[in-house]
Amino acid sequence: MINKKKNKGKIGGRGNFLFAMIAIYIIVAFFNFEFVKEALKKTLITLWKITPILGAVFIIMILINLYLESGKIKKHLEKELGWRGWFYSIIAGILISGPPYVFFPMLGEMKKHGMKNSLIAVFLYNRNVKIPYLHVSIYYFGLPFTLIVSLYIIIFSILNGIIVSWLSEDKTERNFS
Amino acid sequence: MKKAFLQAVNSFRQSLPMMIGLLMLINFLEPFFRKYYSRIFSGNYFIDPLIGAAAGSISFGIPVTSYVVGGELLNQGVSLVAVAAFILAWTTVGVAMLPLESSFLGKKFAVTRNVVNFIFSLVIAVLTVVTLKFFQ
Repeated sequence: MINKKKNKGKIGGRGNFLFAMIAIYIIVAFFNFEFVKEALKKTLITLWKITPILGAVFIIMILINLYLESGKIKKHLEKELGWRGWFYSIIAGILISGPPYVFFPMLGEMKKHGMKNSLIAVFLYNRNVKIPYLHVSIYYFGLPFTLIVSLYIIIFSILNGIIVSWLSEDKTERNFS
Repeated sequence: MKKAFLQAVNSFRQSLPMMIGLLMLINFLEPFFRKYYSRIFSGNYFIDPLIGAAAGSISFGIPVTSYVVGGELLNQGVSLVAVAAFILAWTTVGVAMLPLESSFLGKKFAVTRNVVNFIFSLVIAVLTVVTLKFFQ
């Protein structure tokens, strides 16, 4: 009951933010309709583009809730995978495309099931090695720059995972497995 | 199955209003930011990377946009280390998405991650340019 109330409050707060934005759009539209039309168009295009990813995330979340008991991911990554857990987080971060915010609900769900902060941080950091956009980066900054940046991102992602988990005081993670 | 489905629905019910609201905010502010990118750099080799990282942190959009803006900044004479810090912070630091990240992954985690990413964007930018010069 308490949880239900808490959730309702959270949704209300988030809903209020959305309503506030709609109100701002309506007010500004009176002064500059074209500007608001363009912003709304961009928002709708972005939403349309992320819909398939959101659909995939939704299915993955159902599967996580369906098949993973609380703490199972943690146990699996710590005891069975060890350093390979870090490796898989790097590979998944590089290969899975889409804006990071669509993955927050899924990662939140995985965290509830025991995924470590460090691996979440590693996954999110490696999402910046953008394979689909590498050719654009090469066009603007050259191949050496693109390769060096990508390499540093991968190397620093591990350091990122260690520091973030350490600073966010997840004491269970301090043993770098 | 039903329970797992409802849990996923509940997560989405919580995240979607915030996500849509933030996308509306981002697309509303982006034209203002874009207008001022080239004016904020000072020409100072030491301060510009910091300005680049700060500008990248509060900017939003797909990575391609950061490459295009970064390319324009390079053409306007902004240093490579500042542009590198800008594009790295653009993709790794998400100030606008901080409320959404906090609500799912915890405030402490989200803030720590973004602060560490900000510092790393400066470090990697410097290291990248130094490495490039080393090989040239």
